[in-house]
Amino acid sequence: MTIDFQNILPKTETEYTAMVNLFANKSADLTTRFVKVFTQREIGLYLNTLATQEKWVSIASHHTPLTDESVIAVPVPCLWTDQGYKIEELEKVSASITGCDALIAQTGSVMLSSRTAGGRALSILPPHHIVLATKNQIVPDLPTAYRMIREKYSPNYPSMVSLVTGPSRTGDIERILVLGAHGPRKLTIILVEEV
Amino acid sequence: MRITLFAPCFIDALYPGIAMKAVKIFENLGHQVNVPEELACCGQPAFNTGHWDEARAVASKVIESLWDAEAVVLPSGSCTAMIRKFYPELFAESPLSEKACRLAEHTWEFSDFLVSHLKVTDLGAVFNATVTFHDGCHGLRELGIYQQPRELMSHVKGLTLVEMEAIQCCGFGGTFSAKFPEISTTMGDSKINMALETGAEYIVSNDSSCLMHIRGLADKQHRHIKTIHLIEILASNE
Amino acid sequence: MNNLAKKFHQDAAHMAENVALRNVIATGLGKYAEGRDKKIADFQDWQKARETASQIKRESLNNLPQNIQQLTEKLTSRGTHIHFAATGSDVCRIVLNILRQKKAKLMIKSKSMTSEEVHLNKALEKEGFKVVESDLGEFIVQLRQEPPYHIVFPAMHLTRYQISDLFHDKLNSQPTENPETLTMIARQNLRSQYIQADVGFTGANFAVADTGMISVTENEGNSRLCGSLPKTMITLIGIEKVIPRLEDLPLFLPMLATVGAAQNLTAYNTLYSGPKRPEEPDGPEEYHVILLDNGRSRLQKDPVYREVLKCMRCGSCLNVCPIYKSVGGHTYNATYSGPIGSVLMPKLFGMAAYKHLSFACSLCCACRDACPVKIDLSHLLLKNRETLSSQFAPKYEKLAFKGMSALFNHPLFWSLGKKLAWIGQKLHPLIEGSAIDPAQCWTATRKAPKLVWHSFKDLWKKYKS
Repeated sequence: MTIDFQNILPKTETEYTAMVNLFANKSADLTTRFVKVFTQREIGLYLNTLATQEKWVSIASHHTPLTDESVIAVPVPCLWTDQGYKIEELEKVSASITGCDALIAQTGSVMLSSRTAGGRALSILPPHHIVLATKNQIVPDLPTAYRMIREKYSPNYPSMVSLVTGPSRTGDIERILVLGAHGPRKLTIILVEEV
Repeated sequence: MRITLFAPCFIDALYPGIAMKAVKIFENLGHQVNVPEELACCGQPAFNTGHWDEARAVASKVIESLWDAEAVVLPSGSCTAMIRKFYPELFAESPLSEKACRLAEHTWEFSDFLVSHLKVTDLGAVFNATVTFHDGCHGLRELGIYQQPRELMSHVKGLTLVEMEAIQCCGFGGTFSAKFPEISTTMGDSKINMALETGAEYIVSNDSSCLMHIRGLADKQHRHIKTIHLIEILASNE
Repeated sequence: MNNLAKKFHQDAAHMAENVALRNVIATGLGKYAEGRDKKIADFQDWQKARETASQIKRESLNNLPQNIQQLTEKLTSRGTHIHFAATGSDVCRIVLNILRQKKAKLMIKSKSMTSEEVHLNKALEKEGFKVVESDLGEFIVQLRQEPPYHIVFPAMHLTRYQISDLFHDKLNSQPTENPETLTMIARQNLRSQYIQADVGFTGANFAVADTGMISVTENEGNSRLCGSLPKTMITLIGIEKVIPRLEDLPLFLPMLATVGAAQNLTAYNTLYSGPKRPEEPDGPEEYHVILLDNGRSRLQKDPVYREVLKCMRCGSCLNVCPIYKSVGGHTYNATYSGPIGSVLMPKLFGMAAYKHLSFACSLCCACRDACPVKIDLSHLLLKNRETLSSQFAPKYEKLAFKGMSALFNHPLFWSLGKKLAWIGQKLHPLIEGSAIDPAQCWTATRKAPKLVWHSFKDLWKKYKS
């Protein structure tokens, strides 16, 4: 059976600016930091500021045109995960910078995979996860995102696909929200409009 | 209209005044009331305890007596749910199946009958008190009765309704209250606490069995809250 | 009454006295309920979502053998090892074999109620393996050596002060009242264990048949770490968790988060389609998926009880259950507590042993209305009772209901009975509430209602004439 998602799931937007605004609102609710920039150079500038503010010692990333260009601007050593790495070293980095498969306006989520985010651990082990996304990656809702995963990969799916919604959290102690239970305490999403 | 008033066992033996007031309310509205004197119970105690054959023995008599009545009204949500929801299942593959379904179609809980069927909401009642309302679970969740009693109370002069913090079972549950008194009592205490927090003088309900449980607890523990059936309020002109 | 039933009554009575603990539970569930209602309101049509989810689950269970076949074929084609476990001890044996084969010492686990069901930790520890629970709540209850209190909120019965004392005792940490500091103590403690662990173990929430994927829902990221760092990964899943299509997830994931955790979505919803692929930089080299039956296929063959296999283990029936709120999770003494447990435990693990749970319910139906996949839990409890009463009811109970039927069905008996009872009640105050009171199960805590001499039928006859 096919599901009539249109009239069931929470409302969403389909026009680009409205989708970005909805994504920004959802991010605020989730305590995700959402930043919209115009050029790729601005990503570098923004990361540079973060590096100073948060006193980064090292970072980790994987090779994509977008990450390669952005990481250059960060004045600390970078561990590249593409060809394998030591877990102990990844555990020590201050932040990770990855790509993604999609941003979902409806829920403020990021869809990423072992293929688009530098493997499995890069997006979950370091304390601050930074996602880089482009304008054409934002989609209206969850059904679109999952359809896209099938269209993009079937039948050669990445070994892991993860829908990430906000930073790691727990409510296991008296149902009080605490961020950064085991995964990243901070999640930053940078959307670049002109690439 | 010819209304068959079926007063279930505990109303017959413990709270006859409630049923008599229901008779008067219907007669004042110009309807004719009759009472099936040969019936005592709907069979719910046996059904809920799992003794379905014994429940059928009682229920089949109810079906044979009432299946062709014009309208059957019960002053109890729980017994109404038994007839409306569970008789058709209990007799699904029996010769009584069709009659059970017919009966289910024209059986009503008192407040639901007034508001949904007779379209009567103002009975000219007067009751000077602040009250809170306890929804009997079967009336609420099996029959969807929520707005009807509130609608009726909203037209009672002098009455102020304050809602409890949450809708929750009082802990009666038929034979459950005797099989698990420790749990039943804890639930009842929590209900009384919630009612007292509203500052109301009375707990009103459309189910006498819940009220019997709450009353019994409150009396034993000397907790100061009165209990009253909705029908008694609707018949009041103090 | 069997020992489990006796203990249930005793523990329920203790909980009746333990107002402080009941308040902890009420506060926790109160916060949950408020959040859940807001998230439900975000859906355009929550009732339609429930109906659709129920239909998909039903469809999936009707075709369970085919769905399992599709799932396992796809998973196998990408190099996953599939194991079928008929019973709980099979699961333990399979996991032990993997641990031995990999010469493993330490297994790090994320939350899995199914592993609780088969008592996996106990079996592994008995054979000398170290098992560490990584979900914060599970980590806490593992330190206390007790089972989870709730399907979704394992440590909901504990205050921050108790957790602080526990960490001070077991981990030598400084006492603190701050939940964030407590969480960071657990985070620090577990970091090295993820890295050292030879095997990562996860439960699962769904298995997608048409793409061959395992779906894991969580908030903390611990499950992601269990699935990323160790060289071997094991997932245990009940066979009933299979859903037909990848495109069903956009419905189930937000529904599960809404009722399970009062969120629009949990932080991580992860799909695993196999071990690390050659072109990927990390991930487990071996992936084992264990499919557990343990009585489920027996239920699947029963058209009435097949419904209960729709359950996603979201815990929302527990959260609205007035019995659960009154007795707490541990009183059930069962892997699955609350309404779903009261239906499931007798059906899976013995009607005789767990029959008391089917009767420990006031039939308020709040669970049925809260269930996101529309399992008619209260009705299934009634069905349990029907089976139990025909098989196990004491003779006096059967006799009593037969007697009551006769009493109700003969107007003369009924009217005589009422008069006799009225006379009897005149003497009742002498013994009311005492140990020799035949109505003690009522009168120990409640006053008996007063019978009247003139019943309604008497008044009616008089009124008519």
